Amino acid sequence: MTNTDWQVIVVGGGNAGLCAAIEAAEQGKRVLLLESAPKEYRGGNSRHTRNFRCMHNAPLAKLTDSYLEDEYLQDLLAVTKGKTDPELARMTIQRSEDCLPWMEAHGVRFQPSLTGTLSLSRTNAFFLGGGKALVNAYYQTLEKLGVTVQYNATVQHLHLSESSHRVESIDVEIAGVTTRLNGKCFVLASGGFQSDLDWLARAWGPAAKNFLVRGTAYNRGVVLKNMIEQGATTVGDPTQCHAVAIDGRAPQFDGGIVTRLDCVPFSVVLNKHGERFYDEGEDVWPKRYAIWGRLVAAQPDQVAYSIIDNQAMTLFMPSVYPPVSANSLEELAEKLGLPVEKTISTIEHYNQACQDGQFHSTTLDGLSTRGVHPAKSNWARPLSKPPFHGYMLKPGVTFTYLGLKVDGSAKVQNAHGNFANVWAAGEIMAGSILGQGYLAGFGMTIGTVFGRIAGREAAKHVN
Amino acid sequence: MSIDNTGEARRQLGICNACRYCEGFCSVFPSLQQLRQFSNADITQLANLCHNCRACHYSCQYAAPHEFKVNIPVALADVRVDSWKRLARPRVVASAFQRHGVLIAALLVITLMLFISLLGGQSPETGSGFYQYLSHTTMVLIFTPAFLLPLVLIADAVRRYWREVGGEAISTSHLRGAFNQAASLKNLSGGQGQGCNFEKQDHYSNARRYWHQATVAGFLLCFASTSTATLLHYLWNLPAPYPWYSLPKLLGVPGGILLTLGCSALAVLKLKADRTLGATGVWGAEMAFVLLLGLTGLTGLVLYAITGTSWVSTALALHLACVFSLFLLLPYSKMVHGFFRLTALIRHEQTRTTDDG
Repeated sequence: MTNTDWQVIVVGGGNAGLCAAIEAAEQGKRVLLLESAPKEYRGGNSRHTRNFRCMHNAPLAKLTDSYLEDEYLQDLLAVTKGKTDPELARMTIQRSEDCLPWMEAHGVRFQPSLTGTLSLSRTNAFFLGGGKALVNAYYQTLEKLGVTVQYNATVQHLHLSESSHRVESIDVEIAGVTTRLNGKCFVLASGGFQSDLDWLARAWGPAAKNFLVRGTAYNRGVVLKNMIEQGATTVGDPTQCHAVAIDGRAPQFDGGIVTRLDCVPFSVVLNKHGERFYDEGEDVWPKRYAIWGRLVAAQPDQVAYSIIDNQAMTLFMPSVYPPVSANSLEELAEKLGLPVEKTISTIEHYNQACQDGQFHSTTLDGLSTRGVHPAKSNWARPLSKPPFHGYMLKPGVTFTYLGLKVDGSAKVQNAHGNFANVWAAGEIMAGSILGQGYLAGFGMTIGTVFGRIAGREAAKHVN
Repeated sequence: MSIDNTGEARRQLGICNACRYCEGFCSVFPSLQQLRQFSNADITQLANLCHNCRACHYSCQYAAPHEFKVNIPVALADVRVDSWKRLARPRVVASAFQRHGVLIAALLVITLMLFISLLGGQSPETGSGFYQYLSHTTMVLIFTPAFLLPLVLIADAVRRYWREVGGEAISTSHLRGAFNQAASLKNLSGGQGQGCNFEKQDHYSNARRYWHQATVAGFLLCFASTSTATLLHYLWNLPAPYPWYSLPKLLGVPGGILLTLGCSALAVLKLKADRTLGATGVWGAEMAFVLLLGLTGLTGLVLYAITGTSWVSTALALHLACVFSLFLLLPYSKMVHGFFRLTALIRHEQTRTTDDG
């Protein structure tokens, strides 16, 4: 590995890096892919994904109907509230349609949208077996193409030329030994920095020490930081991350999809002092789950408790941990470690504020409280049917927004224009397009589109 | 029943139910997603529905070293083998043969010695063909109970299974659905015909699916050959030996070839596959059974090939010993999976709400 003069070195072995490596290798280039995780954890956050948001003018593979460019862009603008580069966004959307057949040609298999996700059957193509199956398929493709893959390889530093115009070599640490590798072109696809909790705490505040990370433990932002220190232009709010409320018992890293809790709209959510703090029934859950990470993060000790009674138990997707259950609210409060008196009084107040009316779990039923603050606007039924159940909520970070600024050819920008031989793809540059909020399956779209561009551009540069 | 195995499967199925990424692979996932809690009977049914294709394992974001340590192929295989041991009678025999390949080999050796001594004791003038060595009456006296008793025991175990999983009245559409799934091995197709992840780890392959069906076809042809021979003997008074163009030979020769090749291929695949992804502690017994089945086919072919030579007596003893052991082991070996699997598929037809068939 050290004696080879690599034509393209790809840093990061998730979806974006894999797409880049495949494209470059298919142009006949000598490609090295460096993955910081061990083989079992390869694939970054892609191993936790499940679908790919894809524009299409007519039914395509398992995608129904059509999903046109303008609608897709509107969906993106709605979540980013304008924090996007419209040109890059439009290009990403346009190119997503070509990506799907390309993915299939490289071993990715799709399945109809999963049970309970019918709302996504038109917009999102689901991977058979999920993101890890996609990652496996791409690594198999790399093997066929003769790409060298090195696991447990953390890139520590990129050496710039004297003019700071190009990267000449990189330092990579493998099993405690640091080696310098030479390459002609570099594709950076090593993700955000959300797994570096110290960095997260510096950016967000000390509360971030209590955050859980939903994805890989290997997105520590080492390359991102190194490039920023060496003059790369950044995009995205450096203090922000995308976080949702997840089960507080989830592991520190890699809890993934199963730790989500969809019970909030049917529950009463209390902070550790036994107080309610936000309208649990403001809107349907798919439109609200993303704000709850932030809401819980703002509570003391970054923790909250979602409490339901037995009649709500079957209204949401099962989650991985069984709830804490008790036959009385007093007992439940005690088991959850909540102040019993305050908890009871909060719930009694809430119960008294509930009105008669028709309850409908799947639509905005308008069944709201009267005379309690904060109000609950929908699905407000009194907690009255024992046993009662409680789930601890904590903020779970999905990704960070700070990234490297790129142009339409995925080239990394600096004060003088760009680096001559450095491209970026995936979460490390996603902030250019997704500056705020999140759109399901869009991270994989950015990664695939920009990974492919970066791989091709790098290969072109070698010639 | 092993509480540990069932409990471990329950823990893992709960994780699957919250994830659902694998629902396109096979019938197990849509089936489990209909449930919110898993009774022991639910877990037994899911375990027997699982074909051990391993697709879910290689796709699993929660497989070890992740702390959730999800490994559905093993969790369900362990429950599955437990259910075969628990529902068979006598349990102690099932338990022994399901676990110890060496016992299968021992049974074969003992029956071989039995047949050698039997054949040695017969006078060669009293019949023609094989019956020179062992009279037809003796064969019928030995093989009728050796064939019928295991079938009765299997029927009894399957009935117990059916009651446990809450099976209902069976309609022709249930049977059609189940037999279609069994004939195409839909649950080893990976959901899209790309096959399973048995011998090539995270690469899909149809090798196991096709060789399994070659084995099944071979077995059924051999069975048909024996059945037609019985009919010829009793109804038309046409005793063996039969010429090459007769039904028993036309069915039996291709059957024997398919059975031999199928079992050899399955044994090779089994050697290539990851041994830690099957039921714990039964690899040897499973392998012994596959080899016994293949040997049954092979010895049958050999017997035909050496007609008229001095080796017939020995080869016949070996073939009869294979057949005899195979029959006796029907309820107590890997062979029983076919009966439970088919029953689980019928039950699945009764409960499924999605078009995963």
